[in-house]
Amino acid sequence: MCLAVPGKIVRWINHQATFARAEVEFAGIRRMCHMACVPDAVEGDYVLVHAGIAITRIDAEEAQRVLKDLATLNDVDEEPVP
Amino acid sequence: MKYVDEYREPHLARQLLTEIRAKVVKPWVLMEVCGGQTHGLLRSGIPQELEGVIELIHGPGCPVCVTPVEAIDFAQELALRPGVMLTTFGDMLRVPGSRESLLSVRAQGGNVRLVYSPLDAVELARQHPEQQIVFLAVGFETTAPATALAVLQAAQLGLQNLSLLVAHVRVQPAMEAILQAADCRVQGFLAAGHVCTIAGCDSYEELAARYQVPIVVTGFEPVDLLLGIKECVQLLESGSACVRNQYQRNVRQEGNPHAQQILSEVYVVADRTWRGFGTVAAGGLSLRPEWQHFDAERRFQRCTAALPIDSSECRSGDVLAGRIRPIACPSFGTRCTPQSPLGAPMVSSEGACAAYYRHRPLTGTQALSNSELGTL
Repeated sequence: MCLAVPGKIVRWINHQATFARAEVEFAGIRRMCHMACVPDAVEGDYVLVHAGIAITRIDAEEAQRVLKDLATLNDVDEEPVP
Repeated sequence: MKYVDEYREPHLARQLLTEIRAKVVKPWVLMEVCGGQTHGLLRSGIPQELEGVIELIHGPGCPVCVTPVEAIDFAQELALRPGVMLTTFGDMLRVPGSRESLLSVRAQGGNVRLVYSPLDAVELARQHPEQQIVFLAVGFETTAPATALAVLQAAQLGLQNLSLLVAHVRVQPAMEAILQAADCRVQGFLAAGHVCTIAGCDSYEELAARYQVPIVVTGFEPVDLLLGIKECVQLLESGSACVRNQYQRNVRQEGNPHAQQILSEVYVVADRTWRGFGTVAAGGLSLRPEWQHFDAERRFQRCTAALPIDSSECRSGDVLAGRIRPIACPSFGTRCTPQSPLGAPMVSSEGACAAYYRHRPLTGTQALSNSELGTL
């Protein structure tokens, strides 16, 4: 039930708190999502959506850092032993 | 899909498995709290890959599974009343009450409507002023902001025909109940990532210190899960009972303050009965006094009492508390299947019994080579 799906904000529709809405794209499918929990997110940002509500703005830099760290470890592992 | 596919890369998962195997000096017992994590683990074959190295106990993090039978019975009763439309998430449809499920109530002519979001129930209330729309509000901290927003929207729109049957639960008190049990074997927690997206990590510090148990906030994809396991093992091996966040792309230390503000505007913390656990102190949320006119339990009189459930056939209480694995239940896969479930964990897309039923035939190596790790 706590599953949430990442989607990209295509355009903001309404910034008014209780009814804040934006159009969000999920793998080519666009859906209206509620945005009260991510008022600072901007078009082009990715958000995590659960039960029709964006619950957080995805931290792109942090996501990149984790993958980069893993890739670095992989390179180290694959270096031939001198 | 961006932010999903990268965390399902088989070569990254294999690399992490190798690192974990190399690091472990004794077989630790970890509990993944959320049912979504249980399904992610079993789907990718991680428990089998780590057999003999790490034991994973499946936690109670399936709101559908812990919703008390009284709430399900009452929802069924309301669905059968003239002029009432009962709305809920699809997961709730097959959950057995003390007599039957919402699915069978619908087959008898009960008005049960599935919605994707609680805000869809607000829209239904607007479109059907002649009907009373009741939303069966289940879910953890992740879901509660959505139902709180439904209340705020209905109030602003002046809707008189929407009410909530609130069965929201909070994760942390259940983790504490597990740690307090005399037969508790959990040595480290993988905390539920999306609950922490809302609630943050700060409140775990005290729990970790008091029970000397490391807690690692963990995501749901195979790479996320393995990063959580690796971090938890590192903490256990070094004897550090502290809190770490391995899901930082979606979880800030303080959580989401906007969501927390919406929650505190609508709900208060309350004791709650959990199916399989009994009453959990501070284990749920209730509507604040100023919103109680949205409470379905106040708006409608309950007419039928729940029947006592014969628990001898279904061991779901033991499964939810992590005392037994689903396959240890004598009814598993025979008298109890997803099509004809005896207990809620066999129904829900997050229930541990359903996870074993769907994914158990895969051995670890098969799962890693041909499962969703590679294809999804």
